[in-house]
Amino acid sequence: MLPELSHEEILRYSRHLLIPEVGLDGQRKLKNSSVLVIGTGGLGSPVALYLAAAGVGRIGLVDYDVVDATNLQRQVIHGASTVGQLKVESARAKMLDLNADIQVDVYNEPFTSENAMRIARDYDVLIDGTDNFPTRYLSNDVAVFLGKPNVYGSIFRFDGQVSVFDARRGPCYRCLFPEPPPPGLVPTCAEGGVLGVLPGTIGTLQATEALKLLLGVGDPLIGKLLLYNALDMSFDFVTLKKNPKCRVCGPNADIHELIDYEEFCGVPGHDHEDGSAGADWDIEAPKLAAALSLDPSLFLLDVREPHELQISALPRALNIPLGQLASRLSELDSAREMVVFCKAGTRSARALELLVSAGFKKVKNLKGGINAWARDVDPTLPIY
Amino acid sequence: MNNIKLLFFATLRDRAGTKSMDLEIPEDLTIQGLKDKLARDFPNLAQSMSSVIVTINREYAFDEAVVPPSAEIALFPPVSGG
Repeated sequence: MLPELSHEEILRYSRHLLIPEVGLDGQRKLKNSSVLVIGTGGLGSPVALYLAAAGVGRIGLVDYDVVDATNLQRQVIHGASTVGQLKVESARAKMLDLNADIQVDVYNEPFTSENAMRIARDYDVLIDGTDNFPTRYLSNDVAVFLGKPNVYGSIFRFDGQVSVFDARRGPCYRCLFPEPPPPGLVPTCAEGGVLGVLPGTIGTLQATEALKLLLGVGDPLIGKLLLYNALDMSFDFVTLKKNPKCRVCGPNADIHELIDYEEFCGVPGHDHEDGSAGADWDIEAPKLAAALSLDPSLFLLDVREPHELQISALPRALNIPLGQLASRLSELDSAREMVVFCKAGTRSARALELLVSAGFKKVKNLKGGINAWARDVDPTLPIY
Repeated sequence: MNNIKLLFFATLRDRAGTKSMDLEIPEDLTIQGLKDKLARDFPNLAQSMSSVIVTINREYAFDEAVVPPSAEIALFPPVSGG
């Protein structure tokens, strides 16, 4: 039995009730439905707002982060007044302000192999709004094992991808990407940036697909991948196939329970700042300041992109972007002591691996990057 | 020989330095063979070939598929941001 709508709800959802594909029964279906939004960031923001507005009866939010100032350029569910608050609480308050008739359940914890099945079990549809590969593989496998659709969205700079992975009716994420990319090959948004409106575009498409699935109308993106580019304003569709060798949903699947996804992908399950190369390789910003005051000629290698130098820079540093480093090693003297840095320490940690494997021994990584330098040594520099 | 058109998307455009190119490949080359060739001929693409969506005329292609004559091959990288 579907729940009834009150007079207030009938008025609120009037524009839905006028569409034959939704109507009174469809709106009652939405009220009876539940969606789990994994990640309350760029994608999760529009997804959660529109599903709340649409009257989805129960919406779950998983995130363990707090709102920070760099989120507000795109994560429109949060606000300046909620910086420092838990993302799930900030989002819940905004959703209930929009629609107090719905229920918002929050999970202020990382989505991991330990809790994922328990959290996701009671939802009709999962939304993958995560920001890293380990959690994407995890969300996929959870959806496959529980037999639920996983509405996938992913973004970088000007590019977005959307699909609906439902292993009962089509391919899953692993059918497309059986192996994760080598660690560090695909930059995160914290490293490479993202156009603020892009998660709005992709997230609203995910919300649309979720509503279609709940209502049982239209053709969901099952077996199709949408590839969007904002610069070209192009929408390309690719027809997908189930991978007969898929290790979770193929006929000879050999993965039947959740695995260690951070180990599988070789990267941490979050897109975070303050990269480290490991204690033996790191140098803290104040220590670097002391070393530079003793030896002002200490060699500094800045592996950021040239346009980032306009934001902040260290004097006398040589700039070789990480992507060019392998082909420009001849410009460097391996006998000389060197400190490598980037924005927050992630790219420089990768540069360090490359340098060490090329035989450089006297290299250090500025922990936390030039942002840590701005915070701890030179507050006249901005943090970005 | 088989003359194909290659299209690069997202971050692969930066790595390839172009949106598209025409390429002459041996007949009966598989997608895996094409990936190996691209990795050899374009060192900047080498790392990307292990995790990439390849389509033949806009349909997802597995590694064993043979590149048909005059095909349009598109390469899409995984992206992880959210």
